Amino acid sequence: MYRQTEIISDLSKTPPSEGLEGADMIINIGPQHPATHGVLHLVITLNGETIKKVEPHLGYIHRSIEKMCESLSYRQFIYATSRMDYLSSHINNHGCALCVEKGLQIEIPARAQVIRVLMDELTRIASHTLWWGAMAMDVGALTPFFLAFREREMINDIMEETCGARLTMNYMVPGGVMFDLHPNFQKKVKEFITHFKNKIDEYDELVTDNVIFRNRTENVGVISKEDAISYGMSGPSARASGVQCDIRKLYPYEIYNQLQFEEIIETGCDSFARYLVRMKEMRQSLSIVEQLIDNIPDGEFQAKTKAVLKLPKGEFYSRVETARGEFGVYIVSEGGTTPYRIKFRSPGFSNLSSLDHIARGSKIGDLVAIMGTLDFVIPDIDR
Amino acid sequence: MGFIRKYITDVFSAVKSLLKGMKLTGYYFTHHKEIITQQYPDNKDTLVLPERFRGEVVMIHDENNEHACTGCTACELACPNATIKIITKFDITPEGKKKKALDTFVYHLELCTMCNLCIEACPTSAIKMAQTFEHSVFDRSQLTKKLNNPGSKIREGIE
Repeated sequence: MYRQTEIISDLSKTPPSEGLEGADMIINIGPQHPATHGVLHLVITLNGETIKKVEPHLGYIHRSIEKMCESLSYRQFIYATSRMDYLSSHINNHGCALCVEKGLQIEIPARAQVIRVLMDELTRIASHTLWWGAMAMDVGALTPFFLAFREREMINDIMEETCGARLTMNYMVPGGVMFDLHPNFQKKVKEFITHFKNKIDEYDELVTDNVIFRNRTENVGVISKEDAISYGMSGPSARASGVQCDIRKLYPYEIYNQLQFEEIIETGCDSFARYLVRMKEMRQSLSIVEQLIDNIPDGEFQAKTKAVLKLPKGEFYSRVETARGEFGVYIVSEGGTTPYRIKFRSPGFSNLSSLDHIARGSKIGDLVAIMGTLDFVIPDIDR
Repeated sequence: MGFIRKYITDVFSAVKSLLKGMKLTGYYFTHHKEIITQQYPDNKDTLVLPERFRGEVVMIHDENNEHACTGCTACELACPNATIKIITKFDITPEGKKKKALDTFVYHLELCTMCNLCIEACPTSAIKMAQTFEHSVFDRSQLTKKLNNPGSKIREGIE
């Protein structure tokens, strides 16, 4: 994804001092920097402490997953998408499975649908708790990081017991899920619900009302509703600017249209609004889990599919709401056992494109708060 | 006057919010039962991993050193990373016919992503996932494993 940027092409022709105005300075944040949560390289043009321009340089963790998927069969390619947005790998796998099922036109058993939604929402809580800890750590509070990992560990244990892995589960297969639920699943999830309900109030007490945190996030990194739409932002980051973009509400998949939950929309447009959206979303996800945990229907957990999957000739697109926004899978099939082309629309890439617009004019210390609330996962951006 | 009152209330609410956070920190500092840290290498003997945990692929052998692998290569075809290579041979049956059988089940642990697709694909449930971890070795070649035991043969009655 390397492109010849204006600044760099200017620098190659002229001495550095001539390409910039007055007291301007270029600073590289990353590729190895703890605040970028991965190998993101930001070239920042500064005037004093004020940011004039932010240029993200990508490609440090590019693994060409889209190209790899072209040589894998429709069962095999799903595992690779766990490696994109590793914090919501269930939901990525879910999107791929939905797209293949759309092509095959198979009906998913009711039990599999409920299991999928349960796992999705647990993943969303796990992702948001980790984000909460990392975000608070970015702006200088270290304790939340340890508290967040405690709750996330409980979800990881549930996942490990049922799916067999903690992070890259590969649990969704075309036609349903790979295994049935573990006998302990319901008991453990109920334990988690009662535990987490108290702890999320603790989260609010510790960070949301904290005066230092509020001063660092309120009116920092403002993006208007129009700009958020034009930059293609999605997920909690866009909903904080008042954009209605929850795929679960707009294009309901599985059983989301039968569930009672709210689409969280804030109109603050700043970093604190993005923080609030995610905190409220955790409560919504928890209520979805509560609604479903006692109502898992009996029956098959996997629909009968052929041993070799062949999609009919054509184009298929499906989208799901991950913890970071809209994740889209686009498959072009020529009728064979492998896809002709796969394109993933990842939420992180679009949200990153707005970073330059958001950060311009703010101080360099605020950039960390802005990046923290935009919630980047770098392998998701680079793929 | 309004400005001064606002300033003082701001300071008081700020101090109150900080004290609220410190109260929580103090609670955890004095309640050691809330600590959930595991002393990992020390608790290794009591550590129980769930039965579905995916550590590495192993082949199931019974007490007669017999396995259930027919050498059909379904797992090899299901694997997305070319982790499995099956080498087959031809056994001569008592009737004098040639019969395909497993010679060597080569498993590259260094390429494996533990996606469980091979175990799903196996028609005779000859392989399973083991709950081992800590796979690091000094030489990479030690990660290439032969899964069928030496001298093992296919169990009677499995086609």
